[in-house]
Amino acid sequence: MAKVPVQFTLNGSEKAEFVESGTTLLHALRDKIGDTSPKGGCHQGTCGACSVIVDGELRLSCLTLAETCSDADIRTTAGLAEGGVLQPLQRAFLDAFATQCGFCTPGMIMAAKVLLDRTPNPSREDVVEALSGNICRCTGYEPIIQAVLTAARANSQNAA
Amino acid sequence: MELRKDYFADVRKDGLHEIGQPRPRLDSPGHVTGKTAYFADRNFPGMLHLKMVRSPHHHARIRSIDTSEAEKHPGVVRVLTARDVPHNVYTILILIQVGPEDETVLADGKVRWKGEAVVAVLAETERAAQEAAAKVKVDYEVLPAVFDMEGALKPGAPLVNEYHGQNYYHYDSGECRKVRFGDVEAGFARADHILEQSYQSSPIEHAPTETTGCVVTPEGNDRFTCYTNTQAMFFTLDNASIILQMPGSKLHFVGGTVGGGFGGKVDVIVEPIAILSAKLTGRPVSFIYSREEEMQISSPRAAEKVVIKDGVMKDGRIVARKVTGYTDAGAYSRHSPYGAQKGAAHYPGPYTIPNVWIDTYCVYTNRTPSSAMRGFGVTIGDFALEVQMDKLARLIGMDPLEFRFINAYRDGDMKAHRQRTEGAALIECMQEASRAANWPVAEKYMAMSSYRKGA
Repeated sequence: MAKVPVQFTLNGSEKAEFVESGTTLLHALRDKIGDTSPKGGCHQGTCGACSVIVDGELRLSCLTLAETCSDADIRTTAGLAEGGVLQPLQRAFLDAFATQCGFCTPGMIMAAKVLLDRTPNPSREDVVEALSGNICRCTGYEPIIQAVLTAARANSQNAA
Repeated sequence: MELRKDYFADVRKDGLHEIGQPRPRLDSPGHVTGKTAYFADRNFPGMLHLKMVRSPHHHARIRSIDTSEAEKHPGVVRVLTARDVPHNVYTILILIQVGPEDETVLADGKVRWKGEAVVAVLAETERAAQEAAAKVKVDYEVLPAVFDMEGALKPGAPLVNEYHGQNYYHYDSGECRKVRFGDVEAGFARADHILEQSYQSSPIEHAPTETTGCVVTPEGNDRFTCYTNTQAMFFTLDNASIILQMPGSKLHFVGGTVGGGFGGKVDVIVEPIAILSAKLTGRPVSFIYSREEEMQISSPRAAEKVVIKDGVMKDGRIVARKVTGYTDAGAYSRHSPYGAQKGAAHYPGPYTIPNVWIDTYCVYTNRTPSSAMRGFGVTIGDFALEVQMDKLARLIGMDPLEFRFINAYRDGDMKAHRQRTEGAALIECMQEASRAANWPVAEKYMAMSSYRKGA
């Protein structure tokens, strides 16, 4: 099958791959490039575990074609910590006991990051709305909501 | 969280320094950085993808299987049927002598539930495997099916599983697991009121975010490494060893990281066929359930029916309880004979009842095989029992919480299955619940104790 070239920036690094036309961004990231932080939970856009950030927008990588991401700036949870230092959002997930099996966590963090980038001081309702596309089957939603609110407070204190 | 150290203060040394203190989970740093390695995060060059051809019928005889078109499909490397599996008929609990072996890895001559695995297709890509699977031709003779437990137990019902010979699991105690304690009929005879109620539940799917699966790689020395999200590592290793007729020393299982299980990943389903595929092709193999397979194919919690008959006195004492429990195993045993047996011990609930009669049946139907899920065998029973307790309290006009204090088991009480109660804490839990929920009960109940005599 004919391959198409795809070139984008992943967590600040240039990446280039040849993929079959129709390959999802999830497949390209996980199986071609080797960033396995986005997870495939449903492959039909319902669980949110594959969430990544494409040019500042939250995207379901299982429903995004890799070939539509040329020249895009792609961010995943694997690229959040800088120099091994956790971001406040990651630290808050740790401290708030907001992970159980961990499978939904990278997607949750991506959704939360997009929210906090746009709405630094979100209400609880804002957080619930922002995470509404991400399923946590261990049903640990409350600690996750608390973690995002805690991270927002930490961010605003750092900014002040 | 509030830690109440006053309960049991006189009977234990207080070394509880951790409870009530936040402690980081050891696996969290991996989770928040995306570094935790789940089985599907392993990718090997040349890895094949396995897709199953599944039965579209609930119950059917297989007249013939034609894999020739599938084998010609571009990208297909190998197609497997029952005759490729060294020990095709197995049952998980044979490891603890709970037989007979009653389930096929790949269907042989018959399918007993809709979704049963019939043919395994291995191809270079997931898509090629899927397309080729659609080209496998299976000629079925559809058989009458039975979907409800009462129907399955009736004379003349279609026989679901020939390895059992009847539509229930045959325990050493007979057609059901039995508990007999005191004289239940005498208890009913002297009861002020009798209440008989029936409770039913549907199967429940665990729906973990990570679907069931494994990745197997041949190591070149006739050993195989299996990366799996099983919740039952050694059960899986030992059963794979039996099914593959391969010593356990040739199998290296890597796991422990599970993206949600809840009991849904204790069956031994994907690993043996994936290891066999790796052995027969000499290549790494990935077998991962689609979301649809996870919802439709993986074992759910069993459907259950619980019939409870209680004799109760006006003063609140339950004097007799008769329970008939039914567990719908679906087409195969898996863990259900154990679940139904657990129910037999559990049905008196955390209450001391002098006269008890319990029968629990593990029933075979043409439904998806059920298995473990969070307290299986007792969870649905607890729903039934506690609803029954509320109804009994209402019947005699008593506060439902006080009614439970009257019947609560305490240290030294003999349970119906002949285990003496020790370490009971129900009364203390209810006392605290009474305070926390602002649901006051009479002072004499607040003075009770699970272990202090006279209190």
